[in-house]
Amino acid sequence: MTSVIEIDHLSTRFGEHWVHRDLNLEIQAGEVMALVGGSGSGKTTLLRQMIGLLQPSKGQIRLFGEPLFTGNAEQERNLRRRFGMLFQYGALYSAFTVFQNIAFPLRELGVVDEDLIHDLVMLKLSMVELLPRHAWLMPSELSGGMIKRVALARALSMEPELLLLDEPTAGLDPDRSESFVKLIRSLHRQLGLTVVLVTHDLDTLAGLATRVAVLAEQRILALGTIDDIMQVDHPFIRNFFCCDRAQRALQSRASEGVA
Amino acid sequence: MSGASLALDTDAEGRRWLRLSGTWRLMALAPQFEALAGELDRQAAQPGIGWDLQGIESLDSVGAMLLWRVWQRRYPEILQLPDRLEPVFERLYAAGKTPEAGPEAPRPYEWVATVGRLAIGLWRHVSDFVALIGQLVLDIAHLARVPGEIPWRETSANLYKSGVRAMPVTALVGFLIGIVLSYLSALQLKNFGADIFIVNILGMGIIRELGPVLVAVLVAGRSGSALTAQLGVMRVTEEIDALATMGVSRSLRLIFPKVAALAVAMPLLVLWTSAIALMGGMVSAQFQLDISYGYFIDTLPKVVPVANLYIASLKGVAFGMLVALVACHFGLRVRPNTESLSSNTTASVVSSITVVILVDALFAIATRSIGMPI
Repeated sequence: MTSVIEIDHLSTRFGEHWVHRDLNLEIQAGEVMALVGGSGSGKTTLLRQMIGLLQPSKGQIRLFGEPLFTGNAEQERNLRRRFGMLFQYGALYSAFTVFQNIAFPLRELGVVDEDLIHDLVMLKLSMVELLPRHAWLMPSELSGGMIKRVALARALSMEPELLLLDEPTAGLDPDRSESFVKLIRSLHRQLGLTVVLVTHDLDTLAGLATRVAVLAEQRILALGTIDDIMQVDHPFIRNFFCCDRAQRALQSRASEGVA
Repeated sequence: MSGASLALDTDAEGRRWLRLSGTWRLMALAPQFEALAGELDRQAAQPGIGWDLQGIESLDSVGAMLLWRVWQRRYPEILQLPDRLEPVFERLYAAGKTPEAGPEAPRPYEWVATVGRLAIGLWRHVSDFVALIGQLVLDIAHLARVPGEIPWRETSANLYKSGVRAMPVTALVGFLIGIVLSYLSALQLKNFGADIFIVNILGMGIIRELGPVLVAVLVAGRSGSALTAQLGVMRVTEEIDALATMGVSRSLRLIFPKVAALAVAMPLLVLWTSAIALMGGMVSAQFQLDISYGYFIDTLPKVVPVANLYIASLKGVAFGMLVALVACHFGLRVRPNTESLSSNTTASVVSSITVVILVDALFAIATRSIGMPI
């Protein structure tokens, strides 16, 4: 097993407020790591630091073994092309059609010819279970679930090894959210991706994560499988995992036989 | 990470094999993409060639799609495909099954439809604008009956933002324009020895015409664009819908304060800017023509009848309301995407400047016999 992301003694400060202090985390290739934590515990901040959108105040993050923020533009660009990010609200380019959105990263690369781009976009659309005719819609014409799917197709268009998901199922109804979780799970299996996700939703957590990192008190409070985490005695974990709602979600996971 | 490579060899039975190996992933393929695609095409054209994919360490859909297209979207007859790579091609196969519809082909006589759409679009603009004005009139009637509902706070906030905050920039522009105008006129007047008429030229030109139009253009660029963008973003984030669901009239709370504030602020800004511009002209006249400040100030009321000041203020009120109305009209048309926001903001500024100049021409015709010096 090689580690895809290594976070080494990371500290983050916004003004006078410390978000993370001396945080360590290692994410292995092929796993689905979920980051959970209360509001304001810095989950999304951590995710943004992993992909180099935010610079940590102290400490270092290594992506695929290479440090971020070396100042070498070429190296940084190549590193950025090895992961895909699904933003919470999709972040689709609203002036582009679905097709242009998915084709955008490939066109930016500038080596693949238009015919191949067309075929690849159609492939990505079918991978996220959308129809070819959806390619000509504008983002404003899409429903919430479709926006997430298109955003996922765009995140996958550079054939990333690492996929980062920020609240992948927030704002979707339970039915859609379940089918989206299934979709990500099957893509993870097919493509052998490493997935890092931030979520509040226990169904998503139970349906996807192979390991869970609980962020609280400015550090990783607990790390392990869901079953491991539930053994930890801490007020936040008790509240998050052990109420009725959580128990139901986890039971349905057991009956589905997901691991 | 090793790149993609291919080799050609012949086995014991005399069959030619194309053996692919290495990493067939997008980032590895990118530097050698064209060369590789050309080579594959050449090899595929030869009959009876075998494809050996067992040496491929890793394959993504770009690599697979490249091969799939060379194979003309079906498996070649002679193929050694390891099981681990099969799912990648299965995906391509599955994706190819859904029939594809391109964007709709342009119909014949499309231009007729285009003209029609333009006409309908223009009609919508006009009818929406009239509806906006009508709503505003209804709001004013309502507020006259229920004065307690006048949105004083919003109005005064708008007054501050688009009036008070605009004073430095209008003063600066007015002062400089005054200097330039006075300097250029002075050069001409000197030739005729008609130095003292500089007061007439500056007084009439700035007070009656230049002041109101200058301020209207500045305010359209400064506040008009801001109002459009503000309303547009409020529409995108559904804040306007939220207001409506709370039973708050959007025209009363959002549009009326903006129109009222500009209707009050503009005439004041016109007076302010004209005064500063005249000061600029006065300074320049003193340097160029030796006309003393005292003489300038003394002569000004004699050559510029006070009616001009009323016309200027009236223009200010009209221009202010127009700029605000046009800005609100375009702001409410913003659809939730970045393109729409930028095009509506542009359209708002361009239209309000155009409308202001048109209305200024109407004013010139309507007031042609008022306020002229005898």
